[in-house]
Amino acid sequence: MSNLVKNIIRFILFILVQVYVLNKIPPLHRFITPYLYFIFILWLPFNMPRLTLTFVGFIYGLTLDYFTHTPGLHAAACTLVAYARPFVINILIARESTEFNYVEPSITAMGFTPYSVYILILAFLHNGYVVFLEWLRFPDIWYFIGKIFATTGISFLLALITEMLFYRKQRFRTNTA
Amino acid sequence: MRNVFLFIRRYFNFVFFLLLQIVALMILFRYNKYHEAAFMGVASEITGSFDARYNTIENFLRLKKTNEQLAAENERLKNMLRQDFAAPDSLKQLVIDSIKIDSLEHYRKYLYLSAKVIGNSTGSQTNYITIHRGSAQGVQRDMAVLSSTGVVGTVVNVSRNMASVMSILHRQSRISASLYRSGETGTVEWDGKDPQFVTMRNIPKSVQVKKGDTVITSKYSDKFPPGQFIGFVDEVANESGSSFYSLRLRTATNFFNVQYVNVVANLQKEEQDQLEKATQQKQ
Repeated sequence: MSNLVKNIIRFILFILVQVYVLNKIPPLHRFITPYLYFIFILWLPFNMPRLTLTFVGFIYGLTLDYFTHTPGLHAAACTLVAYARPFVINILIARESTEFNYVEPSITAMGFTPYSVYILILAFLHNGYVVFLEWLRFPDIWYFIGKIFATTGISFLLALITEMLFYRKQRFRTNTA
Repeated sequence: MRNVFLFIRRYFNFVFFLLLQIVALMILFRYNKYHEAAFMGVASEITGSFDARYNTIENFLRLKKTNEQLAAENERLKNMLRQDFAAPDSLKQLVIDSIKIDSLEHYRKYLYLSAKVIGNSTGSQTNYITIHRGSAQGVQRDMAVLSSTGVVGTVVNVSRNMASVMSILHRQSRISASLYRSGETGTVEWDGKDPQFVTMRNIPKSVQVKKGDTVITSKYSDKFPPGQFIGFVDEVANESGSSFYSLRLRTATNFFNVQYVNVVANLQKEEQDQLEKATQQKQ
């Protein structure tokens, strides 16, 4: 399957899962909103140009906003995640050449610890920004702090579970292939 | 000038990022104000069709509960029928009742339009419900929305076949309410924490309030028909330093499984609005 088709399917699937499964879960606690959809951005290919990446992030967030009736909220957060992604990858992967050996970020491509840190940092950025924007409109400092940490924890857990349930087989890229 | 272009080219990624951020934040803060959900007009038709599909499944799974609710409502309504009340005839003189009642359209004040819920959220700070009835079927902005058990919210945005309802679980929702027992009026709002509870304010401490008291919509609301259940007092917070109670209410409507609602049109609202406006202009 080509990379483009695969990512389009993921785009639709993650939005639907977020809107119709995760957002429908009755709230366990007022701090917890299970966010998983932004994993789509984390799974985009390494070699995507930075400009396209930022733009895809924006469109992706806006699509979710149409479903959740919060125009701009997730779009802003996704743009931030997409923009920050290359920086985080550059810090986490020590590499000698400028080429990547795998198509997209995963445990096999990056190693377990760097990949977990990668998810954790970007999940924190995303949730922090979303909660911050909510907080700007309805200030309540304990709500703010509690919610950031609770949602980030849940997002991180969900991301790892997804990673284990849907193991992504990836070919090692060589010059011949 | 050349330096400026060089700078832009050098930091084009960052500039583009900032641009998208500004666009997103503008949408967020400009369009998300009270009653300003214009952004959703076209989109709600598309996302609404997804919601409708999802809803057919959800409806099926909750049939039993809906059935029970309808049975309970039927029971309540049947108990209000006139033939349930029979008094021995004590009339001595025949009087013709000349009061015009609802049989003439002109005197009707509230018109109930039933609608199916096809989208619902309870998890965020700004909760909306989407219903499958729009401007083509007579729904307009600012109409009240009730469930079979109590108040749901207000219509804030209408497309051709669907409408968005701001539920009372919204940080900007304010509803004029009164205590059933003593008739004191106050406002009901939501603190954004627990979707099972709302808060009622502005009840003076001179009034006796007990746990379990009923709170209904007040007679002064121009949207809600008077006497609709909003909630039941769950906790009376005695804030020191204020001469008002802050009451925590358990909502009468269960927002987690609301499936069918009634949109209520106030047919005399226009006249009332005109009169009030004219009075203000005269002053």
